[in-house]
Amino acid sequence: MGLDFTVVPEYFNVLLLGMAWTVAITIGAGLLSFFGGIVFAVIALYGHWIIRLPFRLFAWLFMGTPLLLQLFLIYFGLIEIGIDLPAFVAGVIGLGLHFAVYNSELIQASILAVDKGQYEGARTLGLSRGQTLRRIVIPQAVRAVIPPMGNNMIALLKDSALVSVIGVAELTLAAQQAISRTYRPFEFYIAAAACYYVVNLCLEAGLRRLERRIAASR
Amino acid sequence: MDIDLILRVYPFFIEAAWVTVQLSVLTCLLGLACGTLGAMARLSRLAPIRWIAAGYVSVFRGTPALIQIFILYFGGPQIGINLDSFTAGTIALGVNIGAYMTETIRGAIISVDRGQSEASRTLGMSRAQTMRKVILPQAARMMIRPLGVNINALIKGTALVAPISVIELTYTAQRFIGSTYKPFEMFLLAGILYMIIIYVVGSGIKWLDRRAEIS
Repeated sequence: MGLDFTVVPEYFNVLLLGMAWTVAITIGAGLLSFFGGIVFAVIALYGHWIIRLPFRLFAWLFMGTPLLLQLFLIYFGLIEIGIDLPAFVAGVIGLGLHFAVYNSELIQASILAVDKGQYEGARTLGLSRGQTLRRIVIPQAVRAVIPPMGNNMIALLKDSALVSVIGVAELTLAAQQAISRTYRPFEFYIAAAACYYVVNLCLEAGLRRLERRIAASR
Repeated sequence: MDIDLILRVYPFFIEAAWVTVQLSVLTCLLGLACGTLGAMARLSRLAPIRWIAAGYVSVFRGTPALIQIFILYFGGPQIGINLDSFTAGTIALGVNIGAYMTETIRGAIISVDRGQSEASRTLGMSRAQTMRKVILPQAARMMIRPLGVNINALIKGTALVAPISVIELTYTAQRFIGSTYKPFEMFLLAGILYMIIIYVVGSGIKWLDRRAEIS
């Protein structure tokens, strides 16, 4: 069977819808990984040991195992304990938590690198510990790790393909649907790869602009 | 926690872990080969060769590895490439990680001081000789640690061949979750084995790195 890319345009809408879902998942999981990363970093650095120890174990497990395995755990594990979430939500949670752990490592190092004088100054001015963290330390720490967190976002976009395995109808699954009707895997996976590539280029360009703005505001 | 069940199924996981190890080793070797070639091509004097290598890096890093695996395994037969799932998975993963390693190796090579290559060229060595005898040995030391990061990602990345039914750790965990409805136990079993593999490899890389520093 030769190649015939003329079948692809017919499924343009299917792929476009899948692409929209991929973008939605990336944004949802991206936000979760951003705020989750901050929360995890604060827990890891300042949490009571009763919270900190189980968290360390969780972070260690999530950094040392494949994302796909974690997605299976979250999707089937939640069903097992009686929480039947839509695959989309489970996918966003799984991806978000995975990258939150990676972001948390970056933010932790960055919080520790914020000048001690900032902390002392804020405390002297009468801010509470929580206020100091929230208003003085964390904003500076997060700003410094935007570029490496951007790399995690790019990895997240590509890894969002994995949630097709638990049945989320994003770009990869959309390609599979088209393939099941046309029996043309090569054409449609190439088309899907091209879509990912385009979204990836847009994301990279956006991140570069963001980085420049941050550098300029310093 | 169902200890009985764990004791009953763990031999399947050990066997699967062995497949994961084989996948990791083969993928790593292929990745290093692609990465070395890619880095040489990225630093070539001929612009078209540089462009091809830059395109390789950009495309393979810019699209999901899972899709690359699917293209080779499911799409391959359409263009006359018939591979079993293990071979297709290894080749796709190896070429993918090779794109990341290209950048790692290139980074190490260009971080070698310019004076080194200028001096050996002045001493009459050819470009190839300079690369082989002066630049690469120094760059090799500097790339051990960043390559270790690539290899760590690669080991976890081998899970991506589960969807094409290579019977490795993640596939085995998935199958047993389906048949026993014990996701947590299966995750733990597979997870611990992954972490053992990663720990052993990580220790080896640290040892190499230390040795390279001393000499």
